[in-house]
Amino acid sequence: MILRVLFQIGLLLLLPPLLLGVVNRVKAIAAGRKGPPILQLYFDLAKLLRKGAVYSRTTTWVFRAGPAVGLAAIVTAGTMLPVAGQPAIVSFAGDFVLFAYLLALARFATALAALDTGSSFEGMGAAREVSFASMAEPALFLVLVVMARATGSLSLSGMLGPGLAAAWRAAAPALLLSAIALFVVALAENSRIPVDDPNTHLELTMIHEVMVLDHSGPDLAFILYGASLKFFLFGALLVRLVADVRMTGFWAAEGAFVVELLGFSILVGLVESAMARLRLTRVPQMLVGASVLSVFALVLLLR
Amino acid sequence: MGAWTDMAFILVVVLDLFLLASSRLGAAIRAVALQGALLSLLALLLTGSGHDVGHMLVVAGGAFLIKAVLIPWLMFRAIREMAIRREMEPLMGYVPSIILGGLGVVLSFAFSRGLPLPTNEMHPFLVPTALSTVWTGLLLVVSRRKAVTQVLGFLVLENGVFVFGLLLTDFMPVMVEAGVLLDLLAAVFVMGIVMFQINREFASLDTDALSSLKD
Repeated sequence: MILRVLFQIGLLLLLPPLLLGVVNRVKAIAAGRKGPPILQLYFDLAKLLRKGAVYSRTTTWVFRAGPAVGLAAIVTAGTMLPVAGQPAIVSFAGDFVLFAYLLALARFATALAALDTGSSFEGMGAAREVSFASMAEPALFLVLVVMARATGSLSLSGMLGPGLAAAWRAAAPALLLSAIALFVVALAENSRIPVDDPNTHLELTMIHEVMVLDHSGPDLAFILYGASLKFFLFGALLVRLVADVRMTGFWAAEGAFVVELLGFSILVGLVESAMARLRLTRVPQMLVGASVLSVFALVLLLR
Repeated sequence: MGAWTDMAFILVVVLDLFLLASSRLGAAIRAVALQGALLSLLALLLTGSGHDVGHMLVVAGGAFLIKAVLIPWLMFRAIREMAIRREMEPLMGYVPSIILGGLGVVLSFAFSRGLPLPTNEMHPFLVPTALSTVWTGLLLVVSRRKAVTQVLGFLVLENGVFVFGLLLTDFMPVMVEAGVLLDLLAAVFVMGIVMFQINREFASLDTDALSSLKD
């Protein structure tokens, strides 16, 4: 039992940077490049953690607290997510609300740190990030409510647990619609391509990257690591929802889960290679569309 | 079988929402064509044991040929001739359109149970899908400026009526349905000619130009 919990924590803490490496490798192959090594983010993190941080004299403790609070909130949210159908480490009725708001807290801390630098540029990025997040939040909550209603459980462990297979048999259209909505939310929340370009360094188009420009050294490592963890969390949520693979035995289930997550990363990489970034005015449209899809799913369940 | 029918109905509604959100004419025409193909598939899927199979085959085949092949081909030809790619500045923005469309979908799914029907319901999703498709078509016709998008709205409206008609296939002679489909084809033909005239007269397809007086 202890071993299993330790393994799940290890998976949660160690796997995420690999997923982003896979996304980048898929994008590189699709573009005909060789691309950085799959493990590049681990190297970057190790390098950044060895360096010192530079703080501007205009910043206060809020700026220093931002990355630490953000990372802590995301890791705490991760403990509530069931990994591969096993119950989560922390689980209680209604924990999905805390899950969503811990992710919001991480965003809040990052936005505050960005505003604390006093740079108008970072303020603009914070404004964009927060306004898009406010439109992604209804969609995320509606998806979670659909899952709660379909499985009759109020905790993430129950929603993504054994009850899911029966829910698929009873309400496949509603769950499929909410899975599509969740994918859109996952792309938006992780600042992936149709919403934001994680590689861009052009002022007018940046959203998330803008906010972290002033961070350096370990702080930047925290932020990069936190972003990869968030990607892992959304991926885990989505692959459990759509691909509920029944595996006998603990290790087979965990192995299948890791393979599914890699599949999710490949899918995201393909979407990023195939699509261009949307204009900023089109992003709300996409997020509202995702919300409408999940409202539709909810109505299908309720009627 | 039942799950596939469910999925087909849901996909028809999702295509409605997509049409309200899309600004590219090519994508919109493809969506309408896909919706037409889905409708003919639905006609086949809903054929139960008590139905006349030959009749259903004719209806499905005719719908596929006209809604999914001929009309999209005519529309693609129209936008190629007139060299337009996207709907500019609709009267109502895309976000309000999606929200209104979503509202219509939600209301029709929530309240269609209460409607009295002359026959027994073939599928619980049939009436709400028909209502929300008709609603989408109306929204498209009213809220878009370009003549091409308005024609697409008319087609969606007709798709909704077709879904409703699936309920009544037992009572409708095949000639009536063939007549409806031919009428639709003729209507799109005429609208194509009208669009061409508007385009030649005003050098654009903006129907607002029609309401201003000219010497």
